[in-house]
Amino acid sequence: MRAHLPALVVVLPLAAAPAIVLLRSARVGWIVASAASYGALVCAVLLLAGVGTHGTLSYALGSWPPPWGIEYRVDALSAFVLVLVALTAALVAPYGARSFLAEIAPERRYLAWAMYCLALAGLLGMVITGDAFNLFVFLEISSLATYVLIALGARRRALVAAYQYMLMGTVGATFYVIGVGLLYLMTGTLNLADIAERLRAVTELRPVLAALAFITVGVGLKLALFPLHQWLPNAYACAPSMVSAFLAATATKVSVYVLLRYYYAVFDPLTLFERLPTGAVLIVLSVAAMLVASLVAVYEQDVKRLFAWSSVAQVGYVTLGIGLDNAAGLTAALAHLVNHGVAKGAVFALLGGVALRSGAGALGVAGLAGLARRMPLTAFGLAIAGLSLVGVPGTAGFVTKWYLVLAALERGHGWVVAAILASSLLAALYVWRVVEVAYLRPAPAGAVRAEAPGPMLAAALAFVLLCVYFGFETSFNVGAAREAVEFLGRGAK
Amino acid sequence: MNAIASHFSYWATIALLVGGIFIVVARGNLFKKLIGLSIAQSSVYLLYIAPGKLIGGTAPIVAEGYATYANPLPHVLILTAIVVGVATLALGLAIVVRIREAYGTVEEDEILELDRAEGPERPRR
Repeated sequence: MRAHLPALVVVLPLAAAPAIVLLRSARVGWIVASAASYGALVCAVLLLAGVGTHGTLSYALGSWPPPWGIEYRVDALSAFVLVLVALTAALVAPYGARSFLAEIAPERRYLAWAMYCLALAGLLGMVITGDAFNLFVFLEISSLATYVLIALGARRRALVAAYQYMLMGTVGATFYVIGVGLLYLMTGTLNLADIAERLRAVTELRPVLAALAFITVGVGLKLALFPLHQWLPNAYACAPSMVSAFLAATATKVSVYVLLRYYYAVFDPLTLFERLPTGAVLIVLSVAAMLVASLVAVYEQDVKRLFAWSSVAQVGYVTLGIGLDNAAGLTAALAHLVNHGVAKGAVFALLGGVALRSGAGALGVAGLAGLARRMPLTAFGLAIAGLSLVGVPGTAGFVTKWYLVLAALERGHGWVVAAILASSLLAALYVWRVVEVAYLRPAPAGAVRAEAPGPMLAAALAFVLLCVYFGFETSFNVGAAREAVEFLGRGAK
Repeated sequence: MNAIASHFSYWATIALLVGGIFIVVARGNLFKKLIGLSIAQSSVYLLYIAPGKLIGGTAPIVAEGYATYANPLPHVLILTAIVVGVATLALGLAIVVRIREAYGTVEEDEILELDRAEGPERPRR
């Protein structure tokens, strides 16, 4: 049983999806999906512990030994991201029962659960697989399921958002396969570790550089790297609440992981960062994302879009850490996957509760008036998660900013530090807009005091607690990130 | 001239990819965008399959008298990619049908116009 954990973590949600479709019941669908999510979480935690004691695990799928068969590879980095995805899934699955009840037509609910399981299986598969083409297949499984989930949003513009995401996502995936194809032409193998091994003997670098460019742009589209982020705000804003929370905490994060994996475990980091301006390009794009997207968020009227724009800015912090390419920067990037994941998960989960109670399709900032009276816990949670987005000490967001500033100083980039501070100020502005309306504006006449339903509130507050917890107890986010950084060969000397 | 002729499959790949993406970007009709997307995806099929073909090679079957054979792996990979492409196209068409039902049009600029006229706040339908 233990030996098959790497397969099990993907197979559980993957098998749950057709089971849900056959059972045709929203309630049973919810139970099966939740069970699959918790099962995946247990597997992921066991795998993380296993990697801690035994080192990297390799699993030959169907007993075909790598590099001929598909290899599932669990190492310090992938186990870390696996736990993040499975943890988010385990928190949003119970949340989804009430959220789907309010937002999705009854005859589509069980199908939504099946789609959720497919999206989860795809994301977990992307993380665990050690095969370039298998990664593409999982990428498409999770993407197609995600497009459907977004299209299930209650407003008709959800359809347009899903369509736009589908166009850009498919172009991104196509670019990714082109990159893999070029690598395959040069090395004759699809196993990531094997590609890395054989690339050292390749003397003709041009196709390899083309592959690097295609993979960077392709994965960049999926992770909403500025300026390839156009799909994200509408997709997050129009999706059902549970889907927004799930995607905001996982989808872009897994793509970041894929990029990291290619940069450090496949392409030679020396070629990448010293002979090519990869770092400089990433730093400039990330700083642009941090400033421009935050500025847009400051002027945004729709609350969900506001926080979606904030996601674009926060992904900028992650890519900034990669661009700085030192131990502190990479630690910041990996830790921010968790820190931003829990903060955004909290925000979208809480907003789902607000939307449920206020009943409006789109929730404007003004619609939060008097939230502290109507839903005190929700308003408080929003404020805490917002503080984490700003990076106030005592919250998870601060930990990331601390390491990012250290990394930028180590590189001697004073202007990057200034940009981080400026972006934090902008974040403080947009978070303040929300908090000000929630706490200082009077509630509209006739508003009743009612928190979100128990299970939804509990899941959302669990995210909020994690925001604070990871701000003080950093053994998971920073500790595991450090181990992963060491694994990537960029540990502190 | 020789460089172009000996690499004609790559030129075809490039033409398909660029042409497909141009249609996606330049056309306002949601159906036509999907057609462009499919054309762009088919460039990948060619990119993988063409190098797997050896002139004079046979199928990879062990038999007397045949020494060279074509690499079967790219073909198998592309079978998977074609399935993915079909699924994407099917989902895309399904979304376009629903957009047509909800908006009454499949022209991008008209849809954006309708969204703008509607404003940000609107109750659930």
